[in-house]
Amino acid sequence: MENTLNIKEWYLSQFNDFEKRLNGESEGSIHLLRKDALNNFSKLDFPTLKDEEWKYTNITPLLKHNFVTSFDDTDIPAEKIKSKLLIEDEHSLLVFINGYFSAKHSDLNKLPKGVIASSLAKAIKNNLSNSKDYLGKYADYNDYIFTALSTAFIRDGAFIYIPDGVIVEEPIHILFITTSENKKLLVQPRNLFVAGKNSQAMIIEHYAGAEDSVYFTNAVTEIRADENAVLDHIKLQEESNSSFHFARMEVDLERSSNFTSHTVSTGSSITRNDFNSRFNDEGGECTLNGLYMIEDSQLFDTHTLIDHAKPHCVSHEHYKGILDDTSRGVFNGKVMVRQDAQKTNAFQENNNILLSDKALVNTKPQLEIFADDVKCSHGATIGQLDDDAMFYLKTRGIGEESAKAILMHAFASDVITSIKNKSVRDHFEKIISQRFNK
Amino acid sequence: MLEVKNLHASVEGNEILKGINLKVNPGEVHAIMGPNGSGKSTLAQVLAGREEYQVTEGEVFYKGKNLFDLSPEDRAREGIFLAFQYPVEIPGVSNTNLLKTALNEIRKYNGEEELDAMEFLSLVKEKMKLVELEKSFLSRAVNEGFSGGEKKRNEIFQMAVLQPKLAILDETDSGLDIDALKVVANGVNKLKTKDNATILVTHYQRLLNYIIPDFVHVLYKGKIVKSGGKELAYELEEKGYDWIKDTEEVNV
Repeated sequence: MENTLNIKEWYLSQFNDFEKRLNGESEGSIHLLRKDALNNFSKLDFPTLKDEEWKYTNITPLLKHNFVTSFDDTDIPAEKIKSKLLIEDEHSLLVFINGYFSAKHSDLNKLPKGVIASSLAKAIKNNLSNSKDYLGKYADYNDYIFTALSTAFIRDGAFIYIPDGVIVEEPIHILFITTSENKKLLVQPRNLFVAGKNSQAMIIEHYAGAEDSVYFTNAVTEIRADENAVLDHIKLQEESNSSFHFARMEVDLERSSNFTSHTVSTGSSITRNDFNSRFNDEGGECTLNGLYMIEDSQLFDTHTLIDHAKPHCVSHEHYKGILDDTSRGVFNGKVMVRQDAQKTNAFQENNNILLSDKALVNTKPQLEIFADDVKCSHGATIGQLDDDAMFYLKTRGIGEESAKAILMHAFASDVITSIKNKSVRDHFEKIISQRFNK
Repeated sequence: MLEVKNLHASVEGNEILKGINLKVNPGEVHAIMGPNGSGKSTLAQVLAGREEYQVTEGEVFYKGKNLFDLSPEDRAREGIFLAFQYPVEIPGVSNTNLLKTALNEIRKYNGEEELDAMEFLSLVKEKMKLVELEKSFLSRAVNEGFSGGEKKRNEIFQMAVLQPKLAILDETDSGLDIDALKVVANGVNKLKTKDNATILVTHYQRLLNYIIPDFVHVLYKGKIVKSGGKELAYELEEKGYDWIKDTEEVNV
C-alpha cells in the first residue's frame, strides 16, 4: 500500500515536469481535461488482485519502477524504421519515437484528398476536424486509473480522420518505436481515429520496442466509426520482454458500421489490453480477433467488452493463445446484450494451447443477455496439441519438431486469415513462422 | 520384409493382441480379416507406432531392424505407411503442406535431395489422377470437411506420393460405395510392385474382389486363427464369422 502511494506521488510529480515543458500549451480546454484527469488519478488507487477486473493480474512489478515521462528529444536511424515496415513500398506511414511524432520518418504524401493523418499534438493545436470534441469522449477516465494517467498526460499520438465517403485503399501504418536506453520511460501515445459516413480504411497500430529495454507503454486509442463506415484495425505488439504494455481501446459504432480488429502480440513483461466497443445503433458489425504467443514469465491479459445496446448487430470474437514456459494468460470477454438488442448475433471463443506444464491460462467468457430473441454462443478451451493429429503427421514421416511447428502454425494462423490486406496477412504469417521454426 | 513374432499388446491394461505371428515378403498382398473387436486395428496401429498401445511381449522385425527401436516418423521414413481407418482432420494445414513436408523429410532421411516446388507439383499432379481427385483439393485443409470417400481417397493419394515399401490399409474399404471402392482399389493395384508389400485390414470380403490377396489371415480374439490363400476369404464370406467363432470354441 505504501509503495502504491509513493508511486502515485511519483507520477503526480512527473506531471509538474510535464507541465513545465508544455510551452504555451498549458492553456485551453485540453489542459483543463488534463487537470481534471490528474485530479481523478490522484483519487483513484492502482488495482490489486482484490479488484474483480484484475483478479489474475498482479501489477506490483510495474509499480516498482519509477518511470519518467518521455519527451520529444530522441531520434533513431532510418534503417531501424525500415526494418519495422510491414509491406515493401508502404504508402502511408506515421512514425512516433517514444510517443512523439517524427515528421522526418513519416510519409503521408499519398493519402487521398481530405484524409487527415497527423500528430495529435498538431491536431489539437489547430483543432483539425474538431479533434478536440472527440478527444477523451469515449475513454472514460473516472474509474480507470490508467486512462486517467493517460488523459492527464495527453500530448501526442496519432490522429486520423477519414471524411465522409472517402475510401483509403492502402493501410495507414502507425509505428510506435520506443528506445529508452537507460532511462525507464513512460510512453503514453494517445490516438484518435474518426471514420466518417460511408468511409473505409485500414489502420495499423504497431508497437515496437528495443529488445530488453525497460519502459512502460500506456496507450489509449479512441475510435469512432460513423454510419456505414468500414474500419479495419490491426494491432501488432512487438514490445521488449522487459517492458510493460497497457492499452485501452474504445470503439463507438454508429448505424451499419463495420469494425474489425486483429491483435497479434508476442507479449511484454506484463500486458493488459482493454478493449471496449459499443453499438450505438442498429445493423453494426464488430469482429475482434486476437493472437498471443508468449513465453518465459510473460503475462498477457485481455479484457474485452462488446456492448450490444441496439438490435440487429453482429459480433464475432475469437482470441487464441499459445503459451510456453511459465507464461500466463488471462482472457475475460464480456458480451452484453441489452434488453433492446433483439436479433443480436454474438459469437465468442477463446482457445489456448499450453506448451509447458507450468504455463497457465485463466479464461472467462461471459454473456449477459437481457433480450429474448438473440443468438449467442461462447466457449473456451485450454489444451495441448492434438495427439491424434501429431501421430497422423508422424506416420507420414514428419518429425516431432516439424509436426509441432505445423500444428501451432495452423492453430495460430486461423485468427489472421480474415485480415483483408494480403501483404499484411503475409507479414503476420511470417511472424508466426519465425516464432515456431526456431 | 516384415516379421511379427508372438506379438502381445495391451491398451490400458487390457490385452488385445495375444500372440500374433505374421511374415510378409516383398511383392505380397496380405489380407487380415476378422470380426469387430478382434484386434485388427490395434495391430495396424502398433505397427505404425501408436504410443497408447503397450507391447508386452514378442518382437517385430522390419527389413531386419527391430521395429520397436524406431519412432513412428522413422518407421514412415523407412517405408511403412498406415492408411487410417479414421483419417484425422487437421484444420489449417493444407494437403500440399503436409505432403511436401512429409515427402522432403522422408527424402532427407534417405539421403536424397529435397524436391523443389515444380518437381513436387508435377509428382502430385500425376498421383492425383490415380485416385481421381480435383486440383482444388490440394489447398484444402487435411481431411477437414471431407466426405468419408474423400478421406479414404486422400489416404491412398498420400500413399501414392510417399511411395512406401509396406502399406498397411486399415479398413480403407469400410463405408465406401462401390464406385469409391473401385477407385481406391485401382489406386492400390497400380501402386503394387514386386518390391513393395501391402497389408489389407478389412472386415468385409468385398474389397478382395478388387484387390486379390496372396494370403488371407483370420484374426479372432487377438490371435491369427486361420491362414490360407484367397479362397479363405470366399469361405469366410459364405459361412460368416460365426463359422470361425464356432470352430474356435470347439478347439478350446
